[in-house]
Formats: sequence, C-alpha cells, structure tokens
Amino acid sequence: MDVTSPRPVRLVARLDVKGKNLIKGIRFEGLRVIGSPNDKARQYYAAGADELLYMDAVASLYDRNSLADLVSEVVKDVFIPITVGGGIRSVEDVRTLLRAGADKVALNTAATRRPGLIREIAESFGSQCVVLSVEAKSTAPGKWEAYTDGGREKTGRDVLEWVAEGVAMGAGEVLVTSVDRDGTEKGFDLPLLSAISALSAVPVIGSGGMGTVQHGLDLVTESDVDAVAIGRALHYDRLDLPVVRAAMKEAGVAVRQDTLV
Amino acid sequence: MSKVTIVDYGLGNLKSVSQALIAVGADPEITSDPRVVVRGERVILPGVGAFRVAADALRSQGLADAVTDVAQRGAPLLGICLGMQLLFDSSNEFGQTEGLGLIPGTVSRVLSHDETSPAVRSTHIGWRTVDMNLTRSSLPDVVGVHPGASYYFVHSYSAKPQNDEDTYATVIYGGKAVCAVAGHDNVMGVQFHPEKSARAGLTVLESFLAL
Repeated sequence: MDVTSPRPVRLVARLDVKGKNLIKGIRFEGLRVIGSPNDKARQYYAAGADELLYMDAVASLYDRNSLADLVSEVVKDVFIPITVGGGIRSVEDVRTLLRAGADKVALNTAATRRPGLIREIAESFGSQCVVLSVEAKSTAPGKWEAYTDGGREKTGRDVLEWVAEGVAMGAGEVLVTSVDRDGTEKGFDLPLLSAISALSAVPVIGSGGMGTVQHGLDLVTESDVDAVAIGRALHYDRLDLPVVRAAMKEAGVAVRQDTLV
Repeated sequence: MSKVTIVDYGLGNLKSVSQALIAVGADPEITSDPRVVVRGERVILPGVGAFRVAADALRSQGLADAVTDVAQRGAPLLGICLGMQLLFDSSNEFGQTEGLGLIPGTVSRVLSHDETSPAVRSTHIGWRTVDMNLTRSSLPDVVGVHPGASYYFVHSYSAKPQNDEDTYATVIYGGKAVCAVAGHDNVMGVQFHPEKSARAGLTVLESFLAL
C-alpha cells in the first residue's frame, strides 16, 4: 500500500428488505422483521455511514424490485451514495431506480443468466453505476461457487472467474457476500475477500459476517477491499459506526474524516 | 428562495442534486429546454457516465450553446463530476472529444494503467479531504470547500486545468495531486459529488446559492 495516499475505505450500511420491512436472517435463512428500512437508513446516515446498500431479499423470486418507492423517500434527507439491488433485469429497471434517487444498482441473478446486461447498463449509465453482486459459497479450500436468490440457487460459476468476467463486461464495482457468513456476526470470509480484492481491477465491497470491530480491522488489513458492509450487527445495536470508524482511523486506515450530516 | 436551474441532458441522478438543493433552501428547476437554461440565474451542470455520450447529448439538444451563454453572461455556473469535466476544452476518454471550453485545460485518466494496482485502483471511489491551492487566496471560500471536510469522489478521469490558478483544490490519489475543485471567473467545477457528501457537500451548494 502506498502510505502517502492509501486507498479510501468506506463503511457501508447494508439494509436487506422484504416488502416494506428491514429483515435479516442467518445465511439468508429464517428471515426476521427488524423494522423500517428508511428509519434505520436515516439513523445510520446520522451516525456517519459512508454509503447505503438496499437489497431486495426476495425480488428475484418474483422478478421485480420494489425499492424505488423507499429510495425516493429516503433521498429527501439522506445525502450519501445509495446502491440498490435485487430483481433488476433491464436497462429500464435501472432507469427507474436511478430516477428514484439511487446512484448505483447491484446485479446478480439477471447478470448470471445474461452477462451482456452488465455491458448494456454500463454503456447506458456508466460503469460507476453497475455493481456486480456475488453471493459466494465455499465449495473447497480456495474455491467458491456463485449463488443467487439468497444462497439458494447454484449458478455453476466459479466466483473468481465470474468476477473477472463481470468486470470485463463493465461492472464498476463488486459486492461480494459470503453466504456462509452472512448474518452470523462471526467475521468475514477473509480468504474469499483477499482473493477477489487482489484480482479485481475495480473496487470491492466485502459483505457477510461483521460482528465486531476486530472483524472489520481484520478485513481491511488482510485484504485489499475498498469498502466494508455492515448489516445485522448495526441493526441490533451491537456495533456503532463511530466506534468502527475510530478504530480504523487509529489503525491507519483511510476512512472518512469528518462525518457531519 | 434561490432559483437554480439544473441542466437535464438525459444522464445522471438529477433527483439527488435537486433534493440536496431543496434541503439547503433552494428552488431547483430541472430542465432540458435550452431557452430555460439560457435565462437561469444560477445553473448547475450535473453528470455521471462517459464524456463523449454527455458531450454529444449536450450538443444535440442545443444545451451546449445555452450553457456557454450562461457562462459568458457572467451567471454562476457549477459543474459536478462529469459536469465539471465537460467545462474543459477536451477529454481523451474513448477518443478525443471536445468539451465546452469554459475553463482552459484537458481531461484524462486519473492514473495511467501502470500506476494502478489492487491497492490503488483506476477508479477513485471514496470520501477524501482536499488540499487548497495555497497560491490562491480567497477563492476556495467562495465555493464553500474546506480542508478537513470529507467529500465523496467517484471518477476514473479528472480535469487538468491549463492555468495553475484555476485549480482551487486538489485531492491526493495514487501519490498524485488530482484536481478536485476548479474555477475560472464565474465558472466552477467540483469533481466530487456535493449532493452525496453529507453536510460538507450541502455547505458547498449553500455557498453556490449565495453567489
């Protein structure tokens, strides 16, 4: 790492949504309702979140994304980047979400079925707004398979190969969620995130498993990820964004300095 | 309430810019009509995506001339991200493309391919503080940009003003000082997204409204 200008690291609050509710499960199973996603979003914004990630947990089952209404409300008082994922199948779907106030869209199921969709969206709106969302499940040491639908459906794709292909198609960022760790609060899949962040030409958001400040520190020191997603531990008030930020700053990580909102 | 005209040329997240302006007490109008843009008291040129697509869209819709008229009339004009880059003479993103030529200079990659690595990626995304161009005295205050405050950047190309004095502030990336805020008389540009930079960004918009 270039010590004169280390890459900036973002703290991303992840909101998994079903219908109008913020939900969370463990490894995408046993989804429980936590509350209002936008109330939590405003709370995390006030606490200094660098970015929000809204994921429609069941959208691809029904082939639709219902987050546009939620996003169009929250952008009235939340002034940080917002990524929306789940059930996005076309350039038109993306246009609707961007009009609602989203900055980026995260693609998984539709992209695995038709990778050309990544290029179509990148050409229409720029690579900076296309996030390749990968659900990775460990199959052997150093090997992961890409899944869809909250870790339910196999794609037969090797995660490292799929990330390389998706980036070549024009994805400007990669969100990597460990199916094995999501919602467990037992720490990130470090081998997975190290491998992907070392090979990806574009920024990588590590997701799945953050339960303690140390988990976040382990991730940013042992891999080259550009952003750390935090979900369950925030929702249940077990982690506090200012505390995470202070610990990272103390460790020399280039997190955002001033977090006034 | 301050009137602000936001130029809509079919690209970008205009709603965010508009909502941020409303939050700081402005009365924004989003328009793709060159006749409305020409009359604007204050004009914002937003933008995300590719330079050539945006420059072509501005020209084909008659908006390039309208924005140029605004600048020549002396009204405050603010370019955001790609909108800032479009204010310059040209860009070499996907081939050489002419910009609006309102600030002398060019646009090119932030880092060349051999300057990038997993630790320093070609796309600069994140919240960063900026350094003021100390050879300038008062201008940074005019745009409400302050050292110590963090702004949200997302770009892989950046502007290189021809005159040093047109660079108001820089951000360090990959060991390089990259233009973060530029200005030339009444024409200003910010490479970061003030509408996505929390309080620090809203302050920039407030300062623009006070011009």
